[in-house]
Amino acid sequence: MSSPLLEVRDLARHYRVGAGYFAKGTLVRALDGVSFSLDAGRTLGVVGESGCGKSTLARQVTMIETPTSGSLMFDGRDVARAEKGTLRMLRPQVQMVFQNPYASLDPRRTIGAILAEPLAIQRRGNARDRRDAALAMLARVGLRAEHYRRYPHMFSGGQRQRIAVARALMLAPRLIVADEPIAALDVSTQAQVLNLLLDMQKAFGVAYLFIAHDLAVVRRIASDVLVMYLGKAVEQGPARSVFAQPRHPYTRALLASTPSLRRRRGQVAIAMRGEAPSALPRTAGCSFRSRCAHAIGRCATETPPMHSVDDVRVACHRAYELPDTIDSFDAGVPLRHDRGPTS
Amino acid sequence: MSGSSVRDSIDDLVDIAGLHVDFGTPSRPLPAVEGVDLSIGAAEIVGLVGESGSGKTMTALALLDLVDFPGRIVAKRMAFAGRDLVPMRATDRRALAGRDIGMIFQDPHASLDPCYTVGYQLDEAIRLHGSAHERSNTGMRRERALALLRDVDVPDPSVRLSAYPHQLSGGMAQRVMIAIAIAGRPRLLIADEPTTALDVTVQAQVLALLTRLRDELRMAILLITHDLAVVAEVADRVVVMYAGQVVETGNVPALFDGPRHPYTRALLDALAIDEHERLPTIAGIVPAPNERARGCLFAPRCTRAAQRCEDERPALVRGQGGSVRCHFPLRSE
Repeated sequence: MSSPLLEVRDLARHYRVGAGYFAKGTLVRALDGVSFSLDAGRTLGVVGESGCGKSTLARQVTMIETPTSGSLMFDGRDVARAEKGTLRMLRPQVQMVFQNPYASLDPRRTIGAILAEPLAIQRRGNARDRRDAALAMLARVGLRAEHYRRYPHMFSGGQRQRIAVARALMLAPRLIVADEPIAALDVSTQAQVLNLLLDMQKAFGVAYLFIAHDLAVVRRIASDVLVMYLGKAVEQGPARSVFAQPRHPYTRALLASTPSLRRRRGQVAIAMRGEAPSALPRTAGCSFRSRCAHAIGRCATETPPMHSVDDVRVACHRAYELPDTIDSFDAGVPLRHDRGPTS
Repeated sequence: MSGSSVRDSIDDLVDIAGLHVDFGTPSRPLPAVEGVDLSIGAAEIVGLVGESGSGKTMTALALLDLVDFPGRIVAKRMAFAGRDLVPMRATDRRALAGRDIGMIFQDPHASLDPCYTVGYQLDEAIRLHGSAHERSNTGMRRERALALLRDVDVPDPSVRLSAYPHQLSGGMAQRVMIAIAIAGRPRLLIADEPTTALDVTVQAQVLALLTRLRDELRMAILLITHDLAVVAEVADRVVVMYAGQVVETGNVPALFDGPRHPYTRALLDALAIDEHERLPTIAGIVPAPNERARGCLFAPRCTRAAQRCEDERPALVRGQGGSVRCHFPLRSE
């Protein structure tokens, strides 16, 4: 068994906001002790609401920022404490695909120039090699050679995201961090881009750190899942197990809130009251307890540790006690039992 | 049986027939909406579904007479609560639309004015569209503003009145938008992608709020969205649009159980949850307004297309419980 491509231990990133000459500012623990590992060629789905630390995690993994504490081993090397030269060597191996392909592609450059740029920055090959590589990549992602000279505005959203994926693949990375890559796309093109990502994984053996707020999407593409809440992992494990039997009340509430074609007829469920608090002073106890339907006295005093239930890791005092089905317990009251004569 | 079968147009709140919105010139038309029929019953939630560019937002804007220049609106019939909108003067129409039709948009922070407090913006809506008493009395307006915020489940309403939009979370800002939209006690609320920018947990709360308001205020809702799952959970009836045309309509359980148009079928298939397998997709993209074929607009992307589909534009055919625009509709299951 070789070591995983990415191994993260107790990774934390804190920001001080509002600090100035006289103000000390407040400490925001955007990422507060997350651990996971990701093997080559696999996909880890990271889910959570806005403000849970997903994008902060992405900034650490892509080596854009230096973590406050913890270790981040990429291919056996600790990125958190690496020298500049080592980072320069490692960074091309991690590439990124962003949410909005209307913003992530430079409108003044042709597709060819956009695709060749990473190679030029890394000084790989001459201009002709780079052009050939760009043309080859266009074909790989299902675009045509004549698209080489066109500009981003001439493409639809789905095609633009293809181009963004192609650009991310140009340096033959071992890991792609995809931050909500299909959230801005139409339903029919979402499926096309997901399929492209799956195909490229098969072809190049690239691993994905797939960040999304939509559990239905993660369910389709990820082999493992990491559910985050306020900078911490609350549940993680193989996607199959987590989705079949979510243990943490937060995961269950997320699943119950996700609109589904199967559940219908006015069964909108309010699984959770309120919204995730943002800047957080550290308090004792479970950070989810203010919104949790199952919180007990212990949750206010004692921070739940991560413990294993089967092949899943959960941070909840009551993970063993919660019933197996989600619907009756977590989904709250159906909004309307009866919508009148409908058939 | 009201609300179940295809409705008759007589008692409909909204009755649109043959609506065209065109952004081109007479010699070079650029149709955004091509002959749309749309009816909404009182207190009915209608989901208007389609991809970007399908004309769903334009249809709603045409009802409000908010289509920007150079867009031209032509309609065979456009009636609201029994009043014909087509010959109406622009000022009358705006007064009617402002009071009786409320609208909320995808990004609440872009809809709210960052320079004014929530209280001021609510007050403005009540001043313009409230009852006669409310319009003249400051104290009553404040009471009404507080009541509206309570209606939309905003905690600490009196504190929120003096908050600025940037101090609100996305979900809270959307609640405030809804409060402003219902200030004139509208009979129709147009919600254009109201939850697309929100987290799923907050989305569920806002959808539940909209459904509750419909029940309490007997207000119809036109829910514009690209998300079929949202429609499945909230709407009574669905209208599916493609490239500026209605391609299928039906009641919610029936249409989701047995879609008749290949496009609807494909959209539903694209949402099917199959872990780790290739997803069924719809090849290609929606045709742009200037490259629309003479035949069926979906034919280039349709797996069932035959020669007839390329030659002849299918009509929207009314059937039991819905209508479909296809030469070879799927049999409902």
